[in-house]
Order: sequence, then C-alpha cells, then structure tokens
Amino acid sequence: MKIAVLTKAIPSYESSIRIDSTSKWIDEAVVNFVVNESDSYALEEALQIKEKLDNSSEVVVITMGSEDNTSKVLKDGLAKGADRAIFIKNEDSNTDPLTIAKLFADNIKDENFDIIFSGLQSDDLGSGQTGVLIGEMLGMSTATLGIETDIQESKIKVKRELESGWFQWVTLPFPASVSIQSGINEPRYPSLKGIMGAKRKESKVIVGQPGLQKQNFINLFIPKNEKATEKIEGDVDGIVAKLMDVLKNKLRVVS
Amino acid sequence: MILVVLENQRGNIHAFSREAVAAGQSLASKLGMELSILCMGENASSLKEQASEYKAKDLILAEHDMINTYSADGYSKVLSDVITDLSPQYVIMGHSYMVRDFLPRVSAKLNLPFVSDIISVTYDGDTPAFARQVFNAKLATNIESDASNNTTLLSFQSAAFSSDDIELGGSDAASVFEVNLNNEDIKSISEPEFQESSSGVDLTTADLIVSVGRGIESEDNIPMVESLAEAMGAEIASSRPVVDMGWLPSYRQIGSSGQAVSPKLYFSVGISGAIQHVVGMKGSKNIIAINKDEEAPIFEIADYAVIGDLMEIVPKLTEELKK
Repeated sequence: MKIAVLTKAIPSYESSIRIDSTSKWIDEAVVNFVVNESDSYALEEALQIKEKLDNSSEVVVITMGSEDNTSKVLKDGLAKGADRAIFIKNEDSNTDPLTIAKLFADNIKDENFDIIFSGLQSDDLGSGQTGVLIGEMLGMSTATLGIETDIQESKIKVKRELESGWFQWVTLPFPASVSIQSGINEPRYPSLKGIMGAKRKESKVIVGQPGLQKQNFINLFIPKNEKATEKIEGDVDGIVAKLMDVLKNKLRVVS
Repeated sequence: MILVVLENQRGNIHAFSREAVAAGQSLASKLGMELSILCMGENASSLKEQASEYKAKDLILAEHDMINTYSADGYSKVLSDVITDLSPQYVIMGHSYMVRDFLPRVSAKLNLPFVSDIISVTYDGDTPAFARQVFNAKLATNIESDASNNTTLLSFQSAAFSSDDIELGGSDAASVFEVNLNNEDIKSISEPEFQESSSGVDLTTADLIVSVGRGIESEDNIPMVESLAEAMGAEIASSRPVVDMGWLPSYRQIGSSGQAVSPKLYFSVGISGAIQHVVGMKGSKNIIAINKDEEAPIFEIADYAVIGDLMEIVPKLTEELKK
C-alpha cells in the first residue's frame, strides 16, 4: 500500500500577520511557519495504517512552497516515520486552489498512490479544496472530514463528520483521496531515533511550474469590527473589578 | 444566468441553501441576470415543492435513482452536466459540509474556479468581488474571478446573507433536467446519516455559557475554568481543539461541527475565534472574550474585549464571584 500525506507549512497561531506592500500577500519574514494542524492528524492516520498492515507499505510526505518555509515540515514528517518526502518547489504565493491542486496532481500522478490523505483545510487560506481537487484530477474516489478510517480489501471505509453532531460512513474503492478532520487520533512526537534517521531518508525536489490562476486576491485587509467593542485591559485587579461591574450591573447575569 | 443549487437536510431545504437563494437573488438583481433554482438528488421533488414560492425564472428538477442518496461521485457528475448544459455565470450554494465534499469535484471536472466560504460581496461596476476570511480570520481578502471564466462556483458562509431577504413570488417556469448516470459513474457507497448518542447536555438552552479554547494550554487548567462556570451558574463549553485533545467531551463543543448557541452571555476564555467556532456562537446576545493576543479575531465580534492573561484573570474573577 502506498499512502501520500499532503502537508503544508502555515503561520503559527502566535505569529503576527502583517499585510505586505503589494497588499496581496503577507510579510513572511516576521512569520514563524509550522505544520498545519489537521495535516498532523492526516500523517498520524497514515502511519497507523502502515503499522497495522505490514512493513511493505510506504508513507510519503509531500509539500509545496518556498524552501525556507517548508523544510521544517518535511523533516518533521520524516522524523515521525514517513519513508520519504517529495518537495514541490514553488516560490509563487499561489492562492487559486485549482492552480495549487494541478501542481500537485501533475507532479505525483506517476506515483500511483492508493491513498492520498490531507488535512481538511489549511489554517492560512482555508479553502479546504486541495485533497478533493487532486482526487478528481487523478481519477480517485474522494471523501472529506474523515473522523475514523477502516482499511478493507482494496477499499477504505471513512466515517465522515457532518454538521451538528451527525455522521455518515462512506466506502471508497482505491485509489482514494480522503481529507482528515482534526481529533481523529493522537499525533505522535518524533523520537530522537526518528530525528536522526530522517537525515538518511530520500527527499526528492521537483521544481513546480504553476499555471495561470482563475481566481485572484485583489487585496488583503483587516476585518472591520462588527460591534462597538469595549476594551478592558490593564492590571489584573482592575480587569477583574471591571468584569464584575459588567456582569453585575450591565448584563445583570450575576447578583 | 445565476444558478442556485438547493441542498436537502433531513427532509427540508438546508438553512444555508435558503441563504444561498437570498445571495443568488441579490447577485442577479445587481448584475441584471436571471436566476434559476436547481433541486437535485436526495428529496429533490420535496425541495422543489418547498422552493415553489421563491421568485425565480426557472425551477429545475434533477432526479435519478442513483442520486437518491448523496454521493460525491453522483452529485458532482450531475451538477457538472447541468452546468455544461446551461452555462450559468455563477453557481451558488451554502458552504455546508456536503458542498465542501463534492463542489471541488465539479471545479476540477470542468476546470472552473470555486470561491468558497464567502462572507460578503462588493461590486466594482458589474464586477463582483467576493470577500473571505484567511489566516485564521486574522485577515480577510477580496477575490475576483478571472474575466475569462465562463462559470464561477461560489459557496457562502452561514449568515453572509439572510433568508429573511428572500424575494417571494414563485418561479416563471418549471423544468426537468434529464439525468444521465451509469453504474460506473458512482464508485463510492454512502450509508445513511446517523447521530451519535448525546449526553443530554443541551447547550442551546443555556442562558450563560463559559467557553474555553486552546489558550488554556493544558488539561490541568480545565478545573480552573470549570470553577468559573460554576461560580457564574453557567454551562461549560469549548472550541474544537479542546475536544480534539480530549480535555472536554465532544458534546461540549460549539461551532460548525458542534452545537450552535445564542445565550444571554457567552464568556469566551482563550478562544482565538476561528470561523468554524464563530459560526456556532456569533448569535449570542452578549459576548465577553478574554485573550492575551490583542489581534485575536474573537474580539471583532465581542462586546467586551479583555486583553490579558486568563491564567491570572480567571482565578481572581472566580474568587470575586464567590464572595
């Protein structure tokens, strides 16, 4: 069984996000890049499947972007137990999901993966389309928001999360592209042995040639406040006194 | 023309689809286009019945045994065929979990752009710009579909448009789209939808909710927030990451995959305010949010933005409340 895991470097939650001078992208120099959260769950799911099946299975981590931002992501994947890595080098800050998916599909189609796992969405652009688009482009069956998987003879059963606490099982024949919801498992930490071993694993670099975008960012902007928000800040005692006043006298929710 | 596609949700038109109708009517009137509504697949004839009051040019029915149960394979094939036949300028749906599951398939099949999770539309003359949140809701962006595209697929986030604004008056015509499906078109097998047994905790009826997020940092700090909830007489709830880490049970989760609530007070502690969470609580009458990051998007919808360290504030506030 050959399993691909798509993983992306995104700005960490703590990173300060500043619009750059083009107003079409952010200032990457002040950002700390980390692995997209749901992608970690996707990788863990792949590693657990490999461990359950047999050692002839292979897990390949794949990412795209600039070298500076993504190198950590592949190292992390290899250290956790992926067998090899594919890096699609692309310095363009592409924002069209179709352009991005096409770059992946064109460059991995010869691998003939049985399964492609991806996180359900990236916490930067958040389109949530890449895994499904690639699946369609490569003639695979697709499912999204997987919260449980079960490998059977040449097919995968996926428990899909629906809205408001509803679920649905779907059975997909291989090859299948499945996006993974966070919380499906407990992602492991890389072991020291894993970190040392990662250096010896194969990491292939492909230079991507992105096509024209069919949709484009006109401008990034800071969202406007929807409400007349009252700021409460300062020392802790002052904040607590103010909160007590709001709860007691303004909202009258405590006596 | 503009094509709005309705989604079935357990026998009714999905709430997001009703908002999509309002969105479609608004776009059609701004751009001087005609609007058609497509009822497709699961429960389609009943959806058509329920949509009969909506003002539109054409109400289209697309039924087939093989799409009586939703599948990404079947739905994407049929909608692709409809689009190829009708060449609508825009195809509009609500940004539901089903749309996320199959609309990208249509995008890839027909090589058409899909602008997803739109929060608002502005116009530069006849050219619409679609706004969506990016970078975990810290920023938003305006997106333009390239002029060379014959069709653009759109999905709208809940509450981007209001179903109260739907224009009634019925449709001028009704038509049937001849669906063509073969066994080899549908590779995946879907089972019926089901709900997991719930705990009996119904957060939707709670007046006061204290909700905790990633900022709590460790499971060991959960009792601290539970004490605050107890001192206020509030139910405890959380954002997704807290449930993912197993610190609180899933029935405590607020957001698109959890419950949607509108209490008198939503007291948010260490929640950044990602879209998926905000859709579940933005209807709250009052929102107090504590976060140490002044740029946390939760502050955009908060009535009271408390900028500070929850580890210090929460215990002291609990102590005061107990006095």
